[in-house]
Amino acid sequence: MDNDSIATLIKKYFPEAVAGLNIFRDELTLIVKKNCIVDIARFLKENEELDFNFLSDICGVDRVETDDVFEVVYHLYSIQKNHRVRLKVSVPPDEPCIPTVTGVWRTADWHERETYDMFGIKFDGHPDLRKILTPEDFEGHPLRKDYPLDGRQPATLRDTYRKGEA
Amino acid sequence: MEKGRVGMGLESHLGDNILTTTLTTMVNWARKSSLWPMPFGLACCAIEMMAVVAPRYDLARFGAEVFRFSPRQSDLMIVAGTLTYKMASVARRIYDQMPEPKWVIAMGACAVSGGVYNTYSVVQGLDQVMPVDVYLPGCPPRPEALIHAIMEIQKKIEKESL
Repeated sequence: MDNDSIATLIKKYFPEAVAGLNIFRDELTLIVKKNCIVDIARFLKENEELDFNFLSDICGVDRVETDDVFEVVYHLYSIQKNHRVRLKVSVPPDEPCIPTVTGVWRTADWHERETYDMFGIKFDGHPDLRKILTPEDFEGHPLRKDYPLDGRQPATLRDTYRKGEA
Repeated sequence: MEKGRVGMGLESHLGDNILTTTLTTMVNWARKSSLWPMPFGLACCAIEMMAVVAPRYDLARFGAEVFRFSPRQSDLMIVAGTLTYKMASVARRIYDQMPEPKWVIAMGACAVSGGVYNTYSVVQGLDQVMPVDVYLPGCPPRPEALIHAIMEIQKKIEKESL
């Protein structure tokens, strides 16, 4: 399916949930309301024409400074139909929560853990929302803009591994 | 074995088939001529390291071609690439498992100083984690440069005392 027919189909079924839409360089992006993400996700996967059976990525974007939101971005691909769509959802920074899509695509499990680890966005209903990349004793969410670029924990490893050496 | 040669007129009595030297020179010569590297490849530098053992650069010419993937059988650790905080404990454990005597090359800008990665996750220099004998800059260093680093290790071994 081409981008226009995908967009038309989704808007037909979810006139309220799609808050915006743009096509840039032949890539379709839908702005989706937070509470509808699971319904739209399930529709995109189960609708036979759309058939988005592969969730290739979930990631976060810190837009707190400019737009006062965190964004969660979903990249979907249909292996059979060979078409793609991108979903963007805004999340308020004072309460960064969004429903999980692990019930739709199981692969969302680790993607959501990564987004949680990097941005501190909580996925409600996730079966096992632990950090996945940073070390166990690491505090904070390093891809947030307010996290210092060189915020190493601890600042140097010399005291851990080379204490007492000349 | 020129350097450690102790002549004292002895050789003229021993004939042409016997050389005299010191034990230190003898042992150091053996060590430097048969380095067994432990490759610790972390990033693109590892690709250059692999090229060094391949026929074009042929590390066998320097007696160090036997890359062992077990620290127990190695005496030269080549840390090639970006060392992250999560990998630091692994690198140190591998180093601790190598028997003495042992030497370390920090290969590439990242292993030397963190390189361009002045970020929350990258160790700013391998020497925070273990003693380093030779710092090899470059991003990545060319295979010739790694050979040079190994030759510097060999020079260092020559000067060591038992």
